[in-house]
Amino acid sequence: MASLGSIVRKIRSKNAGPFWLTIDIFCEDKTNFIHVCEGLQNTRIADLFNIEESMIQRFEMSQLNVIKISMPRPKIQGTAADTDMHGASFAVLLEEMEMPTTTP
Amino acid sequence: MSTIETKVLIPAGALGIPYDRTALAKGLEASPDLIAIDGGSTDSGPYYLGTGTSKYSRSATKADWAELMAARATAGVPLLIGSVGTCGSDSAVDWMLDMTLEITRERGEHLKITTLKSGQDRNRVTTALDAGKIKALHAAPAISRSTIKDCTNIVALAGIEQIQAALNTGADIVIAGRTTDTALIAALPISRGCHKGAAWHGAKVAECGALATTNPNSGVTLMSFDKTGFVIEPMAEDAAATPYTVSAHMLYENADPFILHEPGGYLDVSEAHYTALDERIVRVEGSRWYDTLPYTVKLEAARRVGYQTVSIVMVRDGHYRAHIADWVVALEASFVRKAAARRLENVHLEIRIIGHSATLAELENASASGCEVGVMAIFTSPSQSRSTEAAKLLNPDLLHLPLTPHEPMPTFAFPFSPPEMERGALYEFCLHHTLTLDDPMSAFWLDTIES
Repeated sequence: MASLGSIVRKIRSKNAGPFWLTIDIFCEDKTNFIHVCEGLQNTRIADLFNIEESMIQRFEMSQLNVIKISMPRPKIQGTAADTDMHGASFAVLLEEMEMPTTTP
Repeated sequence: MSTIETKVLIPAGALGIPYDRTALAKGLEASPDLIAIDGGSTDSGPYYLGTGTSKYSRSATKADWAELMAARATAGVPLLIGSVGTCGSDSAVDWMLDMTLEITRERGEHLKITTLKSGQDRNRVTTALDAGKIKALHAAPAISRSTIKDCTNIVALAGIEQIQAALNTGADIVIAGRTTDTALIAALPISRGCHKGAAWHGAKVAECGALATTNPNSGVTLMSFDKTGFVIEPMAEDAAATPYTVSAHMLYENADPFILHEPGGYLDVSEAHYTALDERIVRVEGSRWYDTLPYTVKLEAARRVGYQTVSIVMVRDGHYRAHIADWVVALEASFVRKAAARRLENVHLEIRIIGHSATLAELENASASGCEVGVMAIFTSPSQSRSTEAAKLLNPDLLHLPLTPHEPMPTFAFPFSPPEMERGALYEFCLHHTLTLDDPMSAFWLDTIES
């Protein structure tokens, strides 16, 4: 097992407006991309962010080797309960998620 | 036959963000038809729209804007800024206009200046709500007439129609309130007959300056639009646009990487193809634009929901650090008792433990391991004085509350005197909705003056 962050090139999260969060997982190459697409189930993402799986929008962009995950923001940006104005820290939850290592 | 090729020069992703001066000079030599720059974003939070103010200072903004006004004079083409003063409110347009007039006087210029305002009157928005002309976007909060009544500022995001109207006044400078980031760049090429899909797609690629290149900090980007596509060329020597950097930019701050909704329709880039013309210039074709009816614009709004006072105390003691969650529960319980005894009502206390879970809150799943934690107590109430009153009430506990009655009185570390910090008003974004318009100009206001 290895953390998702350690086997891909980069994971970033960002506000997509005040009401949405979007997370981009930049994979190293096609093999890595296929591996992550298969290993990263939406149920796990839903658990991590404590949301309904049906709220997750997922885009697997094979030309870029990028997996994009969008969801309503955990808290609306800037409300009293929001803890991260720019939403950049949420990427860490995916970075630290354990994934099966790529088979050689 | 007249050429329709249209060049738009983008100095930076937003006014206030640094850019490469040499690159701007090179861009001016490339004979652009327009210099366009964005002046705002919701990304810094609801405070700016709530107050109708800019996140940058007037002096810093004026210095940056004066440079672009000088660039405009050199190029002899219109200069367009949208979403001015971070939030694009009417007050921000007035602020920017005032600054612009001041600069024209200092530079000895006589210019035609057009303002495009996008502030929305609350009564008109309420009427539109009653008439069913306001529709919720996905994941929008529930709203009612009272939500709208509470808003301190409501703005509609202008699209190309309103910006074209502003440019058609023949202005040297257009100062626009809230617009979509993309419409600023797409408006002119579309009015001159360039490919609509290419114009919107190129606008999306360039709206963050040189972020879609290998040197995002260089800022300056030249976009050339024509009948079938667009070309992106970064103006800095050390920046390159590649098919990868350009195509990957559709991901940025966008929930859907293929579709972009705009006033009057949407852009679909799923069939776009990216060709490297050389090692630093990319041409894109195949993007498609679809008109949709009825014509809608997006609304943004902020309302004041209270006033906050914040206290921070640092805990270095190992025993307390190990039981920090219990200590916070004890603090909260003490606050509830004291507030009840003092009849201090309607105060919400939220305590965040810095070094533990202050960033991700209940989503945090890692265990803390540092040598210290910060305890941040956030008091929110309907008035500043009440929030501070509440914070002062908890002051002795933040400093001295023992975990159990049987242990010696501890003393923690206040970083400041006083430890209470008045944060002012708290605002919330409260609209994620569209407004249907029969005429695109019916919610926007143009004014032209000669300086």
